[in-house]
Amino acid sequence: MDVNLLEVEQLRKSYKDAEVLKGLSFTLARGDVLVVAGPSGCGKSTLLRCINGLEPFQSGVIRLSGRDLTAPGVKWTEVRQKVGMVFQSYELFPHMNVLDNLLLAPRKAQGLSKSEASARAASLLERVGLKDKMKSFPRELSGGQKQRVAILRALMMKPELMLFDEVTAALDPEMVREVLDLMLELATDGMTMIIVTHEMQFAQAAASRVLFMDEGEIVETSSPDVFFTFPKTDRAKQFLNIFHFEKKERRH
Amino acid sequence: MDIEFMINCLPMYVQAAWLTLRIASAGIALALGAGLICALVRSAKIPVASFIVSAYIELSRNTPLLVQLFLLYFGLPKAGVYLSSQMCAIIGLVFLGGSYMAEAFRSGLESVDKAQRESAESLGLTKFQTAIYVVLPQAISVSVPALAANVIFMIKETSVFSVVALADLMFVAKDLIGMYYKTNEALTLLVGFYLLILLPVSALAAWLERRVRYAGFGNPA
Repeated sequence: MDVNLLEVEQLRKSYKDAEVLKGLSFTLARGDVLVVAGPSGCGKSTLLRCINGLEPFQSGVIRLSGRDLTAPGVKWTEVRQKVGMVFQSYELFPHMNVLDNLLLAPRKAQGLSKSEASARAASLLERVGLKDKMKSFPRELSGGQKQRVAILRALMMKPELMLFDEVTAALDPEMVREVLDLMLELATDGMTMIIVTHEMQFAQAAASRVLFMDEGEIVETSSPDVFFTFPKTDRAKQFLNIFHFEKKERRH
Repeated sequence: MDIEFMINCLPMYVQAAWLTLRIASAGIALALGAGLICALVRSAKIPVASFIVSAYIELSRNTPLLVQLFLLYFGLPKAGVYLSSQMCAIIGLVFLGGSYMAEAFRSGLESVDKAQRESAESLGLTKFQTAIYVVLPQAISVSVPALAANVIFMIKETSVFSVVALADLMFVAKDLIGMYYKTNEALTLLVGFYLLILLPVSALAAWLERRVRYAGFGNPA
């Protein structure tokens, strides 16, 4: 039997007295695209950060390909090579050009040769139409270009799982599309992803499953079709109403 | 002005300037290293070491170099430690400059957003690799103006070294005034030689600042 790529069991995390994650459990099969939705401050980002070891947690187990990441002796530097993460604020390295941004981790963390890494970078850049930006510096790129480069930078490591933390939240509307298109393409190619987003239409198109969170708990997990049309819980209904506008009758 | 006297004095000044430069270079190089280590220790919040570094920085920044040198030159021999004038001068300069450099590096390190570190680590880089390739290059470029100001400050502070019987520029000038009463000539040469050393350093610093200005990454002016 094939093990799940990711298993999260009873994950609990608190800052001082405030409990942010109240015992979350879910699994992710290879090729799944899980969209995590929920109001601000419900713990979505914290969940991603825990999976990538950027945030310590109090209890619970996270398993990647069946391997317990909370066990002693687990090297997070190795785990993170298999788990790519993209941030809201891009976080490209401003002192390096696009190519060097892409090459740094494969060269230093994976020990790839320069020619091999460059070839990988070139083909990725080619694919998203940014090959001519190879020698550009991050500050010379638009927000959408930066975020696409940030996604490629994570892909350079050939990760098994990609985490997207509100990656379009800082972008102008006309830039959002190009980033979402790239993510959709990755999903189609079979990449396993966890996406935290407020782009509900995109979520509906990309997700294989929607996990709705509120106040540190999983409120419901549904297929996107069910979640967006007949959400099971009132809290999800309330949440989805935020994105829905009704045309009101004009007074006169 | 006794021009002939001044010309005759030139070799002494050149020699003294050379000594000043040598000690300043050694002191600055070591202070940069010490400052960087101190700043890293503090930014990594290493328990006991951070406290020691903070104590050192306060002690160093809040006492005059003259007092520090007296302590090294006259105090240490009482404790059975004998240092040459040059040794005293270099150690004194490093003791003074190290704290200023540490503060300059600290401002740079604090300017690098935490998310930069996280994004580097999320790619699988170790903490050390993150520091070397991601954090330090950005931090240092922010620190450059402060570091350059410190370099100039430290070169000027070397004028205090004459108190530990080191034949630097200041020492030579005072000597000549004492022996020949040629105050104007000796002081004119002294000012001239300090400018000769410091103007190029200032120009270099200004060029370097333009070169590494944060917004200018990838666009050397």
